Amino acid sequence: MKLNLTLNGTPRSADVPERTLLADLLRDTFGMTGTHVGCDTTQCGCCTVHVDGQAVKSCTMLAVQADGCTVTTIEGLGADGLHPVQQAFSQCHGLQCGFCTPGMVMASVDLLRRNPTPTADQIAEGLSGNLCRCTGYVNIIRAVQQASQTMQGDAP
Amino acid sequence: MEDLLVYAFKYQRAESVSAAAAALGADDAAKVLSGGMTLLPSMKHRLIAPNALIDLARLPELIGVREQADHWWVGAATRHQDVAAHAGLQQAIPGLAQLAGLIGDPQVRARGTLGGSLANNDPSADYPSAALALQAQIITDRRTIDADDFFLGMFATALQADEIITGVRFRTPQRCAYAKFKHPASGYAMAGVFVAQYAAAGAANGGWRVAVTGVANGVFRWHDAEQALAQGTTTPALQRDDVIDDVHAPAAYRTHLALQMLAQACQAF
Repeated sequence: MKLNLTLNGTPRSADVPERTLLADLLRDTFGMTGTHVGCDTTQCGCCTVHVDGQAVKSCTMLAVQADGCTVTTIEGLGADGLHPVQQAFSQCHGLQCGFCTPGMVMASVDLLRRNPTPTADQIAEGLSGNLCRCTGYVNIIRAVQQASQTMQGDAP
Repeated sequence: MEDLLVYAFKYQRAESVSAAAAALGADDAAKVLSGGMTLLPSMKHRLIAPNALIDLARLPELIGVREQADHWWVGAATRHQDVAAHAGLQQAIPGLAQLAGLIGDPQVRARGTLGGSLANNDPSADYPSAALALQAQIITDRRTIDADDFFLGMFATALQADEIITGVRFRTPQRCAYAKFKHPASGYAMAGVFVAQYAAAGAANGGWRVAVTGVANGVFRWHDAEQALAQGTTTPALQRDDVIDDVHAPAAYRTHLALQMLAQACQAF
């Protein structure tokens, strides 16, 4: 089945079996391997991307459902260097193995879009769709707090 | 490793509700696709293998939140996050907006829909408790079904095989609230209690409606709690012989959680 979408700002087309998941389209057809597949229960969030500006789990969408949509993956995040959220994750040691990190970053960007100054509890709740096995989440929350400050114009 | 669903199917985007119903009627192995937050995981786990998916998530007539005289209409394809964020609904039926904001996680709420939740009737889903407590009317492509008659047990509803929910009317209460004990990984309700109060008008339960999900074979009205609320007495322990007893919690714990969530919901009043 043919589909068209805008991927990281560029119009793209594909012709894939209907049973192709969006995560597979992004990784295998378009080579955007920053989006990861970490579970088979829609729980881990490693596959989180933005579809029409909203964080969604790309492993639980069909590629054909994204026809006509605007999709942003982790590769499309920083326009000129690292996005402030990426920068904050790096500075705050908000990752160890990095497997959950693209999904965490994409979810965090959407969280901050909806709530630019979240409390630690609101960050934890806002990232409840993303699991990390390495960090214990403390530095992830710090990273999102720092990104929030940077994006609000306060120096960290 | 390729990340495709195992079994092939035909995908089509419905042009209208009637076209979708016709397609369903013509093929008893076809399924409607709305948010896909239960359907697609079930297909990934090979629990179901429809040979066709009819996507109606973009039909504008199924999307929206609208205030009417004594109720609110919510379209069947309305996403959970849009119900949760609706300012008017937060004022008029706060428990409903609150419930929608507690479903799953943010990514799931961006896609999951009301109609999908009700049609599936997972015993641990949240929306059935709101529908039952808020005297909902489930509007389909061919009739209107009262919530009291809609939920028939685990994953069973009064819907016919090719019947499609188009929207739900929730009767505006005097006050309401929802409290839920979330499973930490799945986000499903281990106990979810929706409490609503309507004008008493001689009703034995003083206009109170309490609906419980996550605890038993399906959503149910907790009449003892309704009477206790009406009389200002303490609700006794829940007595049912179909309380879920599984790897996540024994029956006694769920029974206990039900009382806790009832108390938590009532703290809003």
